[in-house]
Amino acid sequence: MSTIQPKLSEPVSDELALVQAAKDGDVAAFEELVRRYDRNVFRIAQHITQNREDAEDVVQEAFLKAYGNLNQFQGQSKFYTWLVRIAVNEALMKLRRRRPERMVSLDEEVKTEEDSLPREVADWSPNPEQQYSQAELRDILTRTIQGLPASFRTVFVLRDVEGLSTEETAEALDLSIPAVKSRLLRARLQLRERLSRFFQRREKDGNGKSKIARGDGTQ
Amino acid sequence: MKCSEFLQELTNYLDGVIDERTKAELDDHLAWCHNCYVVCDTTKKTIEIYRDSQLYELPEDLRARLRSAIVSKCQAKKKAGPERV
Repeated sequence: MSTIQPKLSEPVSDELALVQAAKDGDVAAFEELVRRYDRNVFRIAQHITQNREDAEDVVQEAFLKAYGNLNQFQGQSKFYTWLVRIAVNEALMKLRRRRPERMVSLDEEVKTEEDSLPREVADWSPNPEQQYSQAELRDILTRTIQGLPASFRTVFVLRDVEGLSTEETAEALDLSIPAVKSRLLRARLQLRERLSRFFQRREKDGNGKSKIARGDGTQ
Repeated sequence: MKCSEFLQELTNYLDGVIDERTKAELDDHLAWCHNCYVVCDTTKKTIEIYRDSQLYELPEDLRARLRSAIVSKCQAKKKAGPERV
């Protein structure tokens, strides 16, 4: 089975120059950095806060905080990783404010009953996403990921949606690499299990099990 | 290899960050264990569906509004000079 292909990111060779110019007071250079990453920050923020207004606030606050603290950025990591770290912290603050009754921490070891071996192993239809309209699919995906604990959701979004490496995710979330890997595995398995309810092969498709290709995915 | 051992390696396997020997063991397990094959395949699809889903895209008008708010606050900060502690 082939591996997941990471998303291609834009070249960042000029990024340090932009950061340096912004440090020297060039607001247009900082605006270019905003333009480059605002969509990513918005997505991450909305996945964490699950609230659009909060996500808009996080975009503003994260960039302003980054601008005000540019001198703290030493360039050992990518600017984007540093920015994501700020944005995640802002988003978690919003989430805690909105749900003070629930402790929200990325450090907590979340034990859930779904941690055991997958129970639902029915195969999916060949193109499961095509069974639903765009709006239905969006609704299914949104509700499904919202059901994950914040600590799993955040790791999954940074690694699998935004394409950060394991090391960058660990740095942005201040977690160890084994902690990132363990959360990522459980997040992926839980999402898979929950999506199976919507995407599994229906009876009318025939008994898929005997038709499943093995090994390299070819028939 | 047991299914539980396979699952422990699933993330490394999908991300392609395992050594050749472990990969061969996992491939071997997948060749005969239908359940793990399905779990592996549908986990991969789960990741791809989310990655391609374009959930929470920032609309262009809102994007422009946020950016201009950020830039004007940055300019105000610049005029005020460095913050003193």
